[in-house]
Amino acid sequence: MATFEEILKECHGTRKYRPVVDAIPYANLIGLDYQRFGNDVIFKLPDNPDNIGNPILPAVHGGVVGGFMELSAAIHLVMMLDTPAMPKIVDFSLDYLRPVRGGRDTFAECQVIRQGSRVANVIINAWQTKREEAVATARAHFLLAP
Amino acid sequence: MSESNPYLGRAQRFVGALRQCQVLGMQVIEADGEGLTIELPYNESHVGNPSTGVIHGGVLTTLMDTASGTMVINALPEFELCPTLDLRVDYVRAAEPHKSIFAFAEAYRVSRNVVFTRCTVHQGNIESPVANCVAAFMRIGAHMTPPDFKALVVGDDTFEESNKVKV
Repeated sequence: MATFEEILKECHGTRKYRPVVDAIPYANLIGLDYQRFGNDVIFKLPDNPDNIGNPILPAVHGGVVGGFMELSAAIHLVMMLDTPAMPKIVDFSLDYLRPVRGGRDTFAECQVIRQGSRVANVIINAWQTKREEAVATARAHFLLAP
Repeated sequence: MSESNPYLGRAQRFVGALRQCQVLGMQVIEADGEGLTIELPYNESHVGNPSTGVIHGGVLTTLMDTASGTMVINALPEFELCPTLDLRVDYVRAAEPHKSIFAFAEAYRVSRNVVFTRCTVHQGNIESPVANCVAAFMRIGAHMTPPDFKALVVGDDTFEESNKVKV
């Protein structure tokens, strides 16, 4: 079986990253998906009863929203920077702006604000029905080199 | 297990009602008026880095959001559902694979509108943390809390009476 580094290397060659996402257990657990539009990538967290926190509203668990945004940022860096390994998260700051409702898909897009030789700064926006109405916004630092 | 400790009973019912927490396998193991601890056993499906077997930061975020949010409920005189306003996490070292992780949370300030929390994730020695988190939760008021949810969490314990005396 190919190691994760081998999968990464092969995907950097084909520019198709589905095998990377498939190889990450947590991505499968929450159901993370993505679609590329040229250089733009939109990540998707499909509606899934297992991701619910508050059962009465119902709302997606805030931690799952955070995990989805964090993982989207890491995969975004893998795609944009051809990293040889998974970037390691250093810190993460997350603002919840609106309820993230169950029964709906959630989307995220990422922007690399600054990329140094060792660290990258990424912002992530998440929405459900309208892109302009963000449900959460986050900022993260990742270590690029092991 | 929880009859003599209303904090633990309430925390366990609250976490038990959150589907994602059950999917991940969280257990509230300790709780009192000052703090609480949730244990999360290692599970292959939590892995974020297949090269190292280290669990994903998102699992830790969910654990810390849950521990902090549950502590908020135990810190308030009456059951109130408090949405998370924001949280900030420092990942100070990678969690060791194949070992449980523990989140210890406390509410260090309860104001009229906001509750502020701290949470530390460790693997047995809190002096050697894996992650730290500070968060703020908005108080929406007991009257805004869905009665169904309140009934689910408060159950028939005498928590509110005992907490009112203390506050």
